[in-house]
Amino acid sequence: MTDTLITDRRGSDRGMTDRRRHPREPFVEFHDLFKSYGPKQVLRGASLKVYRGEVMVILGGSGTGKSVTLRHMLGLEAPDSGRVIVEEEDITDFPEEELYRVRKKFGMLFQSGALFDSMTVFENVAFPLREHTEMSEEEITRAVREKLELVNLPSSEHLMPVDLSGGMRKRVGLARSIVLDPKVILYDEPTTGLDPITSQTINELIVDLQAKLNVTSVVVTHDIHSAFSVGDRIAFLHQGVFEWVGSMDEARDTDNPRLRDFLKASAVTAAQPTKTTQPSK
Amino acid sequence: MTTSTLEQPASPGLLRRIRERADKTFLYIGGLTDLMMQTLHQIRRGPLERPLLMQQFEQIGFRSLSIVIITAAFIGMVLALQTAYALEDFGGKLFVGVIVSLSLVRELAPVLMALMVGGRVGAGMTAELGTMKVTEQIDALRALATNPVRKLVVPRVIATTVMFPLLTVIAIALGILGGMLIAVANLNLSANYYLRSVIQTVKYNDLASGIGKTFFFGFAIALVACFNGLRTSGGADGVGRATTATVVTGAITVLIMDFFLTKLFLMIL
Repeated sequence: MTDTLITDRRGSDRGMTDRRRHPREPFVEFHDLFKSYGPKQVLRGASLKVYRGEVMVILGGSGTGKSVTLRHMLGLEAPDSGRVIVEEEDITDFPEEELYRVRKKFGMLFQSGALFDSMTVFENVAFPLREHTEMSEEEITRAVREKLELVNLPSSEHLMPVDLSGGMRKRVGLARSIVLDPKVILYDEPTTGLDPITSQTINELIVDLQAKLNVTSVVVTHDIHSAFSVGDRIAFLHQGVFEWVGSMDEARDTDNPRLRDFLKASAVTAAQPTKTTQPSK
Repeated sequence: MTTSTLEQPASPGLLRRIRERADKTFLYIGGLTDLMMQTLHQIRRGPLERPLLMQQFEQIGFRSLSIVIITAAFIGMVLALQTAYALEDFGGKLFVGVIVSLSLVRELAPVLMALMVGGRVGAGMTAELGTMKVTEQIDALRALATNPVRKLVVPRVIATTVMFPLLTVIAIALGILGGMLIAVANLNLSANYYLRSVIQTVKYNDLASGIGKTFFFGFAIALVACFNGLRTSGGADGVGRATTATVVTGAITVLIMDFFLTKLFLMIL
């Protein structure tokens, strides 16, 4: 039953050959991050390394601070203590203006899509190009259409965000986040609130983009099916620390009781191997 | 055993609440000052984005015209009626033009325009930016390496600061015309006499004081509205609270600033 429910769409050796060939360089590093919002302490010494070219899934229950970790990668939040390193550069104390340079390395898909309400789909996707490039309108039109096709929304450019479904909003948000060809794509709960079919489409899109754009991806989710569909490694966030980090195979065999309980809730256990390899083309 | 309530020390809860309130107020003022410095920095750095600026000029100026026309014309008419009624025993209806024009130019037109248009414009700004904040659009701007202050706050602050004096000029003109309507129709004064008394009464320093104040009103209202919008949290409920706070804070700010600016202009003009 689980075999059919949770499938590894990219096969057992996804991307591993590349990483064996190259030394593992961390792209983003957290060192002992602490973060509180008023009396509520969210991160309590979180440390993590996200390696270049991998799909890292940050897993954890609701309200454990998963999205907060993504926001730290972009510098949208500053930690109370600890360091955030991006491509060997310590961005922890960067002022806002300096962070803009760092943020251009990232594309972020927000949980709600975060499309600009007052702009059409085309203007939303064109926004980063108009802000940060000297491209002509023709070049912008070409680039926008190319990205919209990549997310399977070729004829939606004149629609307003209010006319889009939840899944379409996320896909437009994804097109906007990749239009500047970032090195890292951050996905904040990409499948939350979507029906299973649309969730599957988004998962396939993440895998597809990873293959086509050769980027590093960080996916924050509590959707185990999504995690096992797209991820190379899992970082399990519990009570403000990354309690367990390892590959998907290791996650299935884990002895960590809390991760095991978490996976059990979705019936992903060692006793029930879930991975199916993609048929060779 | 029996202790009078007067002798009891203030409850620690009350002191804590006062301290928390004071902390919040200082944090609010600090945040507002920080946003003001960022806005001025971005204006100085330029370049200004003309399409966004034009959009705000239309939103704040052109679309506020109806509210300004109605407010000013009726205030002018009421002022003329009340003046004639109050000074009737002293033959005061001859001074209707003098009193209506001076009151409008120095106080009523700037303050009422700031309260009416400020309420409309400020509430709109806070609701728009607040909604953007709670739907992560502000974060999306920052994630796309775009400064929200430059993109959202600067055009609104400039447009409000520029449009308020222009709207005040229109309000003054319409208020005086409203007064003239009553003077001619009800008080049997000639339009020529009324207008001549207006022109002879209103001096350069009256206009400078009245219109000069509105630059500051516009700047303050836009800043408060944008600040409240950008710090909104808590979904639709939060947007509602932030919008109400803007209308209240904006009105209080205008009234307090009016006193100090009036003192200042009386000293320097």
